[in-house]
Amino acid sequence: MPVKIETKDLTVSFGDVDAIKNVSMEIFTNRVTAIIGPSGCGKSTLIKSFNRMNDLVSNVKITGQVLLDGENIYGTNYDVVTLRKKVGMIFQKPNPFPKSIYDNVAYGPRIHGIHKKEILDKIVEENLKKAALWHEVSDRLNSSAMDLSGGQQQRLCIARALAVEPEVILMDEPCSALDPIATAKIEGLIRTLSRDYTIVVVTHNMQQAARVSDYTAFLYLGKLIEYGLTKDVFENPQNDLTEKYLTGKFG
Amino acid sequence: MKEFLIEKFLFASSIFSIIVVTLIFLLLFSQGILGFREISIIDFLFGQTWQPTSLVKAEFGTVPLVYGTAVVTSIAMAISVPVGIAIAVYIAEIANPIEKEILKPIVELLAGVPSVVYGFFALVTLATWIQQLTGTNSRLNALNGGLILAIMVIPTIVSLAEDAISSVPREYREGSMALGASKWETIKNVTVPSAAPGILAAVLLGFGRAVGETMAVLMATGNAAVVNFNILDSVRTMTATIVIETPEVAFGSLHYHALFGVALLLFLITFVFNYMAGVIMRRYGRTGR
Repeated sequence: MPVKIETKDLTVSFGDVDAIKNVSMEIFTNRVTAIIGPSGCGKSTLIKSFNRMNDLVSNVKITGQVLLDGENIYGTNYDVVTLRKKVGMIFQKPNPFPKSIYDNVAYGPRIHGIHKKEILDKIVEENLKKAALWHEVSDRLNSSAMDLSGGQQQRLCIARALAVEPEVILMDEPCSALDPIATAKIEGLIRTLSRDYTIVVVTHNMQQAARVSDYTAFLYLGKLIEYGLTKDVFENPQNDLTEKYLTGKFG
Repeated sequence: MKEFLIEKFLFASSIFSIIVVTLIFLLLFSQGILGFREISIIDFLFGQTWQPTSLVKAEFGTVPLVYGTAVVTSIAMAISVPVGIAIAVYIAEIANPIEKEILKPIVELLAGVPSVVYGFFALVTLATWIQQLTGTNSRLNALNGGLILAIMVIPTIVSLAEDAISSVPREYREGSMALGASKWETIKNVTVPSAAPGILAAVLLGFGRAVGETMAVLMATGNAAVVNFNILDSVRTMTATIVIETPEVAFGSLHYHALFGVALLLFLITFVFNYMAGVIMRRYGRTGR
């Protein structure tokens, strides 16, 4: 199984607090990997170290390695812009820009130097289709993204991330602000997209992890407790903590 | 019962402020309108000469005054808008916490300096610099007034624009950075456009201050009611005219009413600008272009 991302002894600390402790794991190409665990266990911090979004926090300290296609993204000559083009991110709260639907999707390509209208038109249509939003918005591409519903906004954010042609998509609790129907749509989308993209999804919803993922990692207090095929982790957890968490004894 | 009283008190306060503004407008209007029994509105708006005390023929053309206000305000806004927004962006997005701690109070302090102090500085120091640089004959001129006004308006714009930029949700910045945008690209394409309504409000408040400012421009511009289309010549603003002439005018005279007319015109100009800005904001606020 080809490995897309590999962490080696990754430790992320904010000030004196270690949010992630010595995590070593492999994330496989074109598979969906779910990261589960109770609030504050470091799930978000872990995926944010995959596209170096933790760098935006001032007192962060990172040791160990994160390899993307075998290259250390924390290496001195690794370009963050290239990294974030390859590794897109969807956030917990849908965060479309207060611009038109079209401009939201075209934002990334424009940043990376595409300005021809015909090309942008094509990119916008293609990625709105991939995000299963095209038929809902094709007649109002110039209206504000803020007028969309929460679920539509989140799919727009997915289209926006896809438009820069990433290879990996990180999702930080993408459904936590959405209703069940919108959640079902996003989950369906995650399954479809996993054919072409490597997806890492953080969730505190265990059923969601079971539904959408191929692999599941259980994180507790910054440590990787258990990691394996979702089926195995859920049906036959090796670690006591995992079993307690999955059966709802703590959370 | 307590709830009820608080509610009524708040309601009364808000009504009170509306009533005050309305009464001021009515006073301006009722007094200003009286002048137009003798002065034609055409002459008032398009007359080239403001000579209210001439014994030969009193003239009440506001063109030189409107010109004075327009040129001084334009200079002030042309400088203070870009500089003010730049400083606001720096403080909100780029400055480290220590720089922020130092810069913000300084800006707020500048906003609180009385305008007569600025006027004095313009009269004594700035005017000399301008004269030395340009060799102009009129020490006190439109450029001098515009520059000092710019310095006065910048803190207003910085303070409000900085608030607007700082309150742009962090999620927008993260969304942009996660797409591979640099910090500068994020500021230019997401943060500042998202704060546009607030920045526009800041600019408008600055504009209001510039148009309405009296003491500093009175001291800085030389107060000659002429239209020369040269920023190195003296001008006289509408506000300065009101201040200079009101204390000496006979109560209830034609000149007295004409000054109210000038005040009314000033009021209408600011009102129209505010209204237009409101329209622009409603139309473009939500798509950010």
